[in-house]
Amino acid sequence: MSVLTPPTGTQAIYRVNPVAKLAAAAIISLALVLSIDWVSGAVALAAEAVLFLFAGLTLRQFVVRTSPVWIASLFAAITILLYGEPSGTSYWQFLLINVSDGSIELAIATMLRVLAIGLPAVVLFVTVDPTDLADGLAQVVRLPSRFVLGALGGLRLVGLFIDDWKSLELARRARGIADTGRLRRFAGQAFALLVLSIRRGSKLATAMEARGFGASNDRTWARESRMGWPEAAVVAAGAATGCIAVSASIAAGEWNFIVGG
Amino acid sequence: MHAIAGVLGGDDEGEAAGSLLVDGQQPESARGRVGLLLQDPDSQVVLARVGDDVAFGLENLRVPRHEIWPRVTEALDAVGLDLPLDHPTSALSGGQKQRLALAGVLAMRPGLLLLDEPTANLDPGGVLEVRDAVARVLERTDATLVVIEHRVETWWNLVDRVIVLAPGGGVLADGSPDDVLATSGAVLAASGIWVPGHLPAVPARRSTTGVELVHTDGLSVARNRRAVVYSGIDLAVHAGQCVAVTGPNGVGKSTLGLTIAGLLKPAAGAVRAPWLADGLDPQPHSWRSRELVTRIGTVFQDPEHQFVAATVRAELAVGARAIGLDDAETDRRVDELLERLRLAPLADANPFTLSGGEKRRLSVATVLVTRPPLLVLDEPTFGQDSRTWAELVALLSGLLDAGSGVVAVTHDTAFVDALADERYGMVRMPHPESAR
Repeated sequence: MSVLTPPTGTQAIYRVNPVAKLAAAAIISLALVLSIDWVSGAVALAAEAVLFLFAGLTLRQFVVRTSPVWIASLFAAITILLYGEPSGTSYWQFLLINVSDGSIELAIATMLRVLAIGLPAVVLFVTVDPTDLADGLAQVVRLPSRFVLGALGGLRLVGLFIDDWKSLELARRARGIADTGRLRRFAGQAFALLVLSIRRGSKLATAMEARGFGASNDRTWARESRMGWPEAAVVAAGAATGCIAVSASIAAGEWNFIVGG
Repeated sequence: MHAIAGVLGGDDEGEAAGSLLVDGQQPESARGRVGLLLQDPDSQVVLARVGDDVAFGLENLRVPRHEIWPRVTEALDAVGLDLPLDHPTSALSGGQKQRLALAGVLAMRPGLLLLDEPTANLDPGGVLEVRDAVARVLERTDATLVVIEHRVETWWNLVDRVIVLAPGGGVLADGSPDDVLATSGAVLAASGIWVPGHLPAVPARRSTTGVELVHTDGLSVARNRRAVVYSGIDLAVHAGQCVAVTGPNGVGKSTLGLTIAGLLKPAAGAVRAPWLADGLDPQPHSWRSRELVTRIGTVFQDPEHQFVAATVRAELAVGARAIGLDDAETDRRVDELLERLRLAPLADANPFTLSGGEKRRLSVATVLVTRPPLLVLDEPTFGQDSRTWAELVALLSGLLDAGSGVVAVTHDTAFVDALADERYGMVRMPHPESAR
């Protein structure tokens, strides 16, 4: 599996236009960054937990792909717990560390929030094929096709760069210089990779140009990128999650708008 | 070549003299009339799916959607690529990638096909695939074909006219293939072109084998632990012996070479080199980098991967310094190699600016400076003209006669015939998902 070939499945979510997934993730994020309270985070997370059943991932895939988010949320929570703004009863103090009622509540809120924003973004993007995303960005969002296709073509080279990097590393061992000076070697390798990647990039550009690419943004598309009912449903689900979370938080009196809050 | 296709840079990237017109127009405005196929299969695939990649040129030419897919299918059929349209392009072999690129060019229905050494990076099977695909295309369309090649045998029966360009400008020979061969075959061969019937002379080998340098026991090789590419490998290399590892692209030849060279860890089984180890653990991958260079020297397929210094002279000194030689000894060894491999005039040049043949000679020289008894070479003759080829074969033949062992990963049959004492043929493993 490479950067350009995500897991495939038969579920409806795989056929949904990536632009809709992008929009849904953006709406949820926007709704949740406006406040730091535990109610909106918890409600959003609960709503998302139901939606994840339709995400087209097995439990194993879900755990593996979202593990960075879980780890990040934990670290964010611990940091806030130890160094967050203290208030209420203080339980433990050491140098700058102060664990108090306030910092505990803030830590929980932060963790829920990171999860509620991070999980749907990861889950929605696991099933996005970059080719479809490029089709959508150029045809639906109408970003310039030269830019979108150039980036897509470049993305294909990432796999080759990884291979190059491994070869460079082995070659340094073969040259007898891999025992010491790790930092300097790293810099040298990075420079060599830069030279190689510029070459590959310009070759790819030539190949694309030879096939008539780049003269103008005016081109036809072999496949239409469509926005229909499934896309509307995904965006609506994202909007609903955001709305419910914000409403619940306001109703519970926990809403604190970050600007000026 | 690039000028005819209209992809040459603008005025700021060089100078142009004379005029070049395609159908009476500037080439830049005649894109689509001229189809260009380049050398490197990896750099020509644009998109992630087979069908999309062929359609790419059509989209750029603003072909309406309902015409695109029939033309894509037709082009894939013409090059004999029978794959689903959503097949991932990263899963193709080198020969398939080149045929895909050819299909992408064909779909645009060019009047002129330009091929720039389209088979230089392919194994013998891939070369035939591409050659036959081009032949079929020429039968079906009335397109003109221009091909640049220094291994001319591949295209000999397909072309009507051969033009040989002289280095530095001018034309060396021009005429029908048979005329050119008859009148100036020997001259062309001497200038480094691979001419049928004029293959470079090969020095006679003294076949004397000495002590066993390395052997493998039920070895499995892998780039990373999860994806074993080949297993059950038992082979041995003795001093004075050349073992050629052959097989199709992607079968795991290079991986095997790098594993024997102590650069990759065996996935299972073992590589043992007790004589070379000389007191160290017998497994080469456990040696430290500077212990490795005096025992096994590795020449990579892409010379640029192993260049680390700013000048040719410094590049050669790297190995010598790594093993702690003093300045006098370093200079002595470097000077000797500069002479022996005709690199002396280039001593102060940057390795990245050398020609293909010079880079290859330098990459071999960098390894020889620490005098390892075993050499592992990955596609040493890849893309070389016949002159560099002959030099390399002569050099290796001399090293073998002097008692070095050589493992050469190669699909160059002439090289195998010239040097190999033994041949280890690798075949495709039955489960394709583990091969890259």
